[in-house]
Amino acid sequence: MFGYSMAEIGNIMVMQGFAGLSMFSVLLLMALGLAIIFGQMGVINMAHGEFMTIGAYTTVMLSKLAVAYGFVNYYFIFAIIVAFVLAFAIGYLVEFTLIRHLYKRPLDTLLATWGLSLVMQQIFRSSFGAKEVSAELPEWLLGSFQPTPDIDIPINGVFVMGLAAVVTFGVFLFMFRSQWGLRVRATVQNRVMAGAVGINTKKVDRVTFALGCGIAGVAGAAFTTIASTGPTTGTLYIVDSFMVVVFGGAASLFGTIASAFGIAQAQSILQFFMTSSMGKVATLLTIVGILMMRPEGLFASKVRK
Amino acid sequence: MSTNDRRRFMTKVGALTGALLAVSMVSGMGSAFAEDFPTAKVNTTKLAVTDKTVKVGILHSATGTMAISETGSIQAEKLAIAQINEMGGVLGRKIEIIQEDGASDWPTFAEKSKKLLENDKVAAVFGCWTSASRKAALPVFEKDNGLLFYPTFYEGLEQSKNVFYTGQEATQQILAGLDWIAKEKKAKTFYLIGSDYIWPRTSMKIARKHIEQHLGGKVVGEEYIALGDTQFGSVINKIKLKKPDVIYAAVVGGSNVAWFKQLNAAGLNSSKQTMLTISVTEDEVLGIGGENLAGFYSAMKYFQSLKNPNNEKFVADFKKMWGPKAVIGDVTQAAYLGPWLWKAAVERAGSFDVDKAVVALPGYELKTAPEGYVKVDPNHHLWSKLRIGKWRADGQADVVYESELIKPDPFPKGYQ
Repeated sequence: MFGYSMAEIGNIMVMQGFAGLSMFSVLLLMALGLAIIFGQMGVINMAHGEFMTIGAYTTVMLSKLAVAYGFVNYYFIFAIIVAFVLAFAIGYLVEFTLIRHLYKRPLDTLLATWGLSLVMQQIFRSSFGAKEVSAELPEWLLGSFQPTPDIDIPINGVFVMGLAAVVTFGVFLFMFRSQWGLRVRATVQNRVMAGAVGINTKKVDRVTFALGCGIAGVAGAAFTTIASTGPTTGTLYIVDSFMVVVFGGAASLFGTIASAFGIAQAQSILQFFMTSSMGKVATLLTIVGILMMRPEGLFASKVRK
Repeated sequence: MSTNDRRRFMTKVGALTGALLAVSMVSGMGSAFAEDFPTAKVNTTKLAVTDKTVKVGILHSATGTMAISETGSIQAEKLAIAQINEMGGVLGRKIEIIQEDGASDWPTFAEKSKKLLENDKVAAVFGCWTSASRKAALPVFEKDNGLLFYPTFYEGLEQSKNVFYTGQEATQQILAGLDWIAKEKKAKTFYLIGSDYIWPRTSMKIARKHIEQHLGGKVVGEEYIALGDTQFGSVINKIKLKKPDVIYAAVVGGSNVAWFKQLNAAGLNSSKQTMLTISVTEDEVLGIGGENLAGFYSAMKYFQSLKNPNNEKFVADFKKMWGPKAVIGDVTQAAYLGPWLWKAAVERAGSFDVDKAVVALPGYELKTAPEGYVKVDPNHHLWSKLRIGKWRADGQADVVYESELIKPDPFPKGYQ
């Protein structure tokens, strides 16, 4: 077929399937935090990418420490936890000082968080320099896994995939199996009523926002295995993040997963058969088309507005 | 020779002797020398030139996406200017820098150019990096008759009275490199991949013509990646299927790092795949990581590891000024040439006037260039060599090939 042997085509299909899954987990990690902040709270957080950058720089800094003290093989798991804690804490602070004053003015939130993202970018630039840096990766994250001599499965891809699964599972536990999740969902559905039954909605807002930021931090840490880190790294991810969340239907976490999967598979298959940029164009056109028919996204939520 | 001509001739001789003197002079004596060139005479176009100083502009992105790349150019230009000032300045006048930030935003480059030329009246500007920023600033320079020294290797297809291009135009970077890899690696099939904007697209067009018409090779794939895209899974699989002898790459920015990391993770390292790139310098290696690059080739005119006395001094001076960890890439070196070429132009003309300096520069040979030797062509580009560097894991390159001096040809016939 097309001058290639069946074995070759089989191998490529395996690797191509993996490329699609790998892109799916990247998109999912990007979008999960935003799905909580934008989807559940309705806050348009333009600084979301910068919270990823916080996670990425945390990893880079820790990797330097790890190289200096010789624990390169173990630091990465640790880095992910620190990235989460740090991004969570900063998110908490941002909610307290900025976001909570703007809940009733969504467009002002957009402007304020965009300003915040510029401020954060400049802080990164001033403290870490304008040049892009890379984290020193542990041996076990490098290279590829070869089930047969002709198939290479990138290990960093497997790692990101595993992490995406863990984080998604964690978010589901939190949202649907915990007291906190119950309060969050109650607040989203009816703020006044939730307040009336004794839920501290302000506190719920703060923790929800911080949680979204924390997940962004984890995503940022994971992305150091795929790409580099610079002051403006976050801007690379923000558009894709919003696209996944909006396409999935803003208020639905399940929608976010489905949309990340759909977009990733479409893009990776189209990019294989067309050129890379045309593949992207075709994917975006499809999304625009579907959104025109279903403005609420794939999974519209039945929330009373 | 009429009296008038003779007088002009004598002024020129005076200027040249003055220039020679300036080189040997130490700072402090500069002011005495400036008296040989009265301000009224060397500046008839109301530039910011006084008896003691001359203002120039530096216009790069210190903030925004491009700051990663442009910082090195700013540093190199400041180093050159500091060194020129130490030697007594230009025509006895100390250079004062007015630095503006293009902020990675192309219209800002045009605005700031206007400010530098119309308000500050600078005698020259060292700046711009991306082609987009240069294209935005160019009309301003042409309208206000400014003088721009542009450092980046770029796609060619441009020539302006008001600009000197100190980097390579496309053919200088592409043709000799492809010749080398075709001969050295017996390469017949090529896979072209670049970021999706004018420079990679023009470069790949030239590369494809050269491969198909002059090398008898075949292009088995041509691919452009959206700027900032970091997912290369599908592209890498396509490359695995096509098995090209050589990947010819011009991926830039954040994508570049992702490209090399994923290529390695997918098992396509230099032991399995030959790659020649025209978009990786020492600056990019910092982000990509030497271990992901080791064994791949770059085609550039300059590498930090070049062994010649000019370069050893340049590297030492650069590190002294900007710290021992500073690395120097191709464009940084080209940016360093700008102030020196401007100094030569002004001294050859005996005047800061742009019209006079511009005609005085072509034909000039800069023998102190870190890259070795460059000559200014009448088409405002530089004659330079092409070198192929093989990357080491420590982020430096071993130069494995060096071409003859190549004449710049911004409008190559048969390649458009």
